Amino acid sequence: MSTQVLPKRHKRFTGKKVTLTISAWTMGLLFFAPYLQMILTALKSQEEITAIPSTYLPKKWAFENFIGVWKEIPLATYLKSSFIISICATLIVIVIAIPAAYYVARNNFRGKKLFLLLVLVTQMFAPTALVVGIFREIVAFKLVDTYLALILVYAAFNMAFSIWILSSFFASIPKEIEEAAWIDGCSRFTTLTKIVLPLALPGLVTAFIFTFIAAWNEFVIALTLTSSPEHEPLTVGLTSLIGQYQVQWNFLFAGSLIAIVPVVILFALIEKWLVGGLTAGSVK
Amino acid sequence: MSGRTMNKSRLGALPWIAPALIMIAVFVIWPAFEMIRTSFQNVGATGQSKGWAGWSNYHTLFLNPDLKNVLIRTFIWVVCVVFFTMIISLPVAQLLNAQYPGRKVVRWSIIVPWAASLVMTSTAWKWILDAYYGVLNEIAIDLHLRKESFDWLADTRQSFIWLMVVAVFVSVPFTSFVILAGLSTIPNDIKEASHVDGATSWKSYKHITFPLLKPSLFVAAVINLINVFNSFPIIWVITQGGPGYETDTTTTLAYKISFRDQDVGQSASMAAINFLIILVFIGFFLKASKNQEQN
Repeated sequence: MSTQVLPKRHKRFTGKKVTLTISAWTMGLLFFAPYLQMILTALKSQEEITAIPSTYLPKKWAFENFIGVWKEIPLATYLKSSFIISICATLIVIVIAIPAAYYVARNNFRGKKLFLLLVLVTQMFAPTALVVGIFREIVAFKLVDTYLALILVYAAFNMAFSIWILSSFFASIPKEIEEAAWIDGCSRFTTLTKIVLPLALPGLVTAFIFTFIAAWNEFVIALTLTSSPEHEPLTVGLTSLIGQYQVQWNFLFAGSLIAIVPVVILFALIEKWLVGGLTAGSVK
Repeated sequence: MSGRTMNKSRLGALPWIAPALIMIAVFVIWPAFEMIRTSFQNVGATGQSKGWAGWSNYHTLFLNPDLKNVLIRTFIWVVCVVFFTMIISLPVAQLLNAQYPGRKVVRWSIIVPWAASLVMTSTAWKWILDAYYGVLNEIAIDLHLRKESFDWLADTRQSFIWLMVVAVFVSVPFTSFVILAGLSTIPNDIKEASHVDGATSWKSYKHITFPLLKPSLFVAAVINLINVFNSFPIIWVITQGGPGYETDTTTTLAYKISFRDQDVGQSASMAAINFLIILVFIGFFLKASKNQEQN
């Protein structure tokens, strides 16, 4: 390329790039705007929130709301419930999905297609669609208003994603590595835990984070199956505050942000593997 | 394939997949079965079953004066939300794919509505739309679009439109990331070749990129179809389907009849119909994946 042409090309290129950059940033801001409003509201005092005329930015930045929120609403209880439920559901999913995904990735067996179809259908059926049946079943099991009910339902409905993502990671590990281990006298189980799983670590992390977030964010089942504040996870607990006579929006959003921020960071970490797992049924 | 893994009987697979099968059987298939069974039973307000009822629950449901409007609204809800989600996601994916400073930050900000709980996002929107203190009123007045505060959710038609706006808002991130994944599978030399041939960017998008994106678009559309049909938190948090049943979809209606009106039988019949609709959607999805496999 001759040096004389360069400046001209460069100039045209920048003009285009500026438009592109501005539109991309505007779009990013639009999608972030509701959360920005959440942050700004969480940092206002109660008087400022109901002041007319109101201001976009807090006049006095009430960072102390993030301390006050723990006293104003039972945030710690909600967080504890959400955490216990989500972590238990995730562990169950991982323990169940690993052997299933491994076997599916490595073997052809009669009924494999049917099994994969069943898994796909579970993924497509949000628990919302079955909530009436789930409620009656949990009543029959006498598990209403327990952590266990939510743990089991979340585990069952979120297994599919982990099976997809793990089996695609397992399938990408060369068989020869495993066969070498077998020849060295390793059992199938040892091969799986010592050789295959460490190699599939990104898949495991993705499955873990995805399941945890799905359980953490779930609402309908939790709304239906819990009835006492001690067992309500955060999503249900926080919404129950909206029904009250005077909504304390600043504390409501301070609590929401404490729940959202870690989840968004975790989600961003696994973003590049998500689409594959969520659309997996279509490429199998 | 090694001899060791070749001749596996069905029993060989069982120890590995049985736990997954049991979970699916107990918490997915059984509730579905129980729901359909309940729809044919007489159920008391306490949830106790009082024997078979034939089609009478369905009969009650079809006589429900609100059902017709709810069905029409559900159709509008699904079609509009999925359509606008797809239309908006195409340029969004293009912007996520382009090269410019700060692309990572833009990608992160679009991930937020996808990662954050729907309930909390809906709560934020409810607050933004608040009739007295909502920021949307503030903006509308500052831009001289309105003279005074306005209740965006007072009129049913208008509040339903806002519900759809929120539904599109939360559906675009997932959809555009699926399209983005599709974009990254298109080899660069194909795009470059079209540039060398003198195609404008729009022309090359229309004739080369877009046709290659079709499989991803279809997958995204069907997954959205199911998610939007099942969508509950947005409506529940912002309007509770109210006033009355005027912003309900069949999903929130089934919930309301069961857990608010305590008519479990009628609700189960609504839910059973929803169940069949989703099965049809899943059928679409399977057909789409078969087509893709063949291509």
